[in-house]
Amino acid sequence: MSLPERQITYGEAVREAIAEEMRRDGTVFFMGEDVAVAGGVFKVTVGLLDEFGEDRVRDTPISEAGIMGAGVGAALTGMRPIVEIMFGDFITIAMDQIVNQAAKMCYMTGGQASCALTIRTTIGAGRSSAAQHSQSLQAWLSHIPGVKVAIPSTPADLKGLLKTAIRDDNPTVIYEDKMMYGLKGPVPDVEDYTIPFGVADIKREGSDVTLVATSSMVHTALKAADELEREGISAEVVDPRTLSPLDMDTIVRSVEKTSRAVVIDEAYQSYGVTGELASRIADEAFDYLDAPVKRLGAMDVPVPFSPGLEPQTIPDEEKLVRTVQGLFHDVPV
Amino acid sequence: MSESLELITTSSDEGTLPLPEPLCREIYEKMLTIRRFEEAVLEVYTQGLMRGLAHLYIGQEASAVGICSALNDDDYLTSTHRGHGHLIAKGGKVDRMMAEMMGKVDGYNRGKGGTMHIADMSLGILGANGIVGGGMGMATGAALSGKMRGTGQVAVCFFGDGAINQGAFLESANLASVWSLPVLFVCENNHYGEYTAAKDVTAVREHVAERAAGFDMPAMVVDGNDAVAVHQTAVEMVERARAGEGPCLIENKTYRYRGHHVGDGDPEKTYRTQEETDTWLAKDPIPRFARRMMKAGMVDEAELESIDTTITKRVEDAVAFANESPYPEAGEVTDHVFA
Ligand SMILES: Cc1ncc(C[n+]2csc(CCOP(=O)(O)OP(=O)(O)O)c2C)c(N)n1
Ligand SMILES: [Mg+2]
Repeated sequence: MSLPERQITYGEAVREAIAEEMRRDGTVFFMGEDVAVAGGVFKVTVGLLDEFGEDRVRDTPISEAGIMGAGVGAALTGMRPIVEIMFGDFITIAMDQIVNQAAKMCYMTGGQASCALTIRTTIGAGRSSAAQHSQSLQAWLSHIPGVKVAIPSTPADLKGLLKTAIRDDNPTVIYEDKMMYGLKGPVPDVEDYTIPFGVADIKREGSDVTLVATSSMVHTALKAADELEREGISAEVVDPRTLSPLDMDTIVRSVEKTSRAVVIDEAYQSYGVTGELASRIADEAFDYLDAPVKRLGAMDVPVPFSPGLEPQTIPDEEKLVRTVQGLFHDVPV
Repeated sequence: MSESLELITTSSDEGTLPLPEPLCREIYEKMLTIRRFEEAVLEVYTQGLMRGLAHLYIGQEASAVGICSALNDDDYLTSTHRGHGHLIAKGGKVDRMMAEMMGKVDGYNRGKGGTMHIADMSLGILGANGIVGGGMGMATGAALSGKMRGTGQVAVCFFGDGAINQGAFLESANLASVWSLPVLFVCENNHYGEYTAAKDVTAVREHVAERAAGFDMPAMVVDGNDAVAVHQTAVEMVERARAGEGPCLIENKTYRYRGHHVGDGDPEKTYRTQEETDTWLAKDPIPRFARRMMKAGMVDEAELESIDTTITKRVEDAVAFANESPYPEAGEVTDHVFA
């Protein structure tokens, strides 16, 4: 049975999720830099101030550590704050509050404390924003026990995961790709559409190779899969949707079927998401593999400004197609 | 507006004790409990029964107790690595604290936090903290939460002279002030951060509290070894905060009589002088308060002794309780990663 659907953008999904949860639960509030009057630098939260007022939709000073700390304190004391960090690059400034405080409160207090903090922030290169406004730092918080991490690739996933995050009693982070705010897609038109964390989604079925892709790279993988189809290679695209918890079952089942896997993620390739996923696949699906697990991440360079330089640093469908071909023939990769 | 630029130096008149007797007894007993508790911590640590780091609060008791005696049970508090005193002052139970310090299952945090992370959410104690300045944002957020929920709760943020130089202070103080949040920023200036003199690393004319002027909030410099002065200041500032008039910065000038942590050598042989320490020992908050209670006819020597006996026994019982409590089962290691 398929659900009734509407087409909305990735950005509208953010707004709908926040608005619906704020209507549902009076303890939910939203704060960040320029999020209220201006509706955010990406304009995705326009209208929230009008509906909910300035007590619950707050423009903050430019103080990432301060507002994250305030979010932690409010979350420990009965509120459900949503804190926006405008660019994911700036989350580095709030790291102590997330990593050393929020993530550990429940554990360190022996279960006394819970911290229902939702953090929204952005990732993604591709708009010539240079090295401090383009990074995909999702590996950083995925590394931390006690934090849940979602990395939605579609409007529907964003809406469903963000609503789940807001209801979760733990610190959660939603990484939104800033290049996708205008992306349109179907969203189930039902009341209370949520998606559980830890459930991967097969974005395209296939039988010859598994492409495990995150966020914008899901779309790259889907395009690559079309291309590969023309060459007679049937690619399955698996989107983990959340990095922590991670649904390895779905990935392993896919590899069992296809015997080959390539992992693609927009973060720097070294010590990142692709490394973790590839090692888990090599470990947990070893018996099914007919070829080494390959991975594609961003080049290990600060993201360059120039349109002449930036595109090559990000994994793209051409590189992905070549990588997959290499698993079947001796194509130099 | 002009209020924010004024530094109020508070030091109460030694001759009088203008607080009701039950409150004085409570203040005295809490201060003495902290002292005896910390002495017990020193002992168990030295005996090897406690691991990790023990940052003793000995000498600073009037600060924690003076402030917390102005709070309600449901008010919030964030603490520091030197947090035992704050916890006891807010009502923390010494047996569960001691068990936590030994990593035992009956500890406040089931042995998962230890000395630097003890919390009692039911008492609004959001935790000691291993990060210098780590509680500032949290206290600000707790105050925001209280304000949004309309409960009238205030939050007290204890921190040291070292923490005033953390960026978190600027961000939290500004946020608290611009949103008029009920936070008392309480700087316990014990004049050293680890082994470095505050005056060598802190750009103020004389008082750390001068920094408050930059945040349009009132500041008080208080004799932090005088429980009465601290208490009276706190009462006034708590009332102001509850009335929605916003945060303040209270600087309690005090001194830790021991080293930065147990086992790190003799401070008087390295970074501070015996004369300086002696000056502060003469201002020991506990005998000072006892003398005033006696002068006011509230207690006599014999009663002081019996109070001490009772407290000492309670602390001994806490140590026994902690010793008897088992370590958590190994399987608990994966509990509580998530709520
Ligand atoms: C962010 C951070 N930096 C450094 C330390 C190491 N450290 C622990 S306590 C301390 C001194 C703190 O001094 P102060 O704030 O004056 O508190 P006091 O120890 O005097 O109570 C330092 C540097 C730490 N725990 N956290
Ligand atoms: Mg100090």
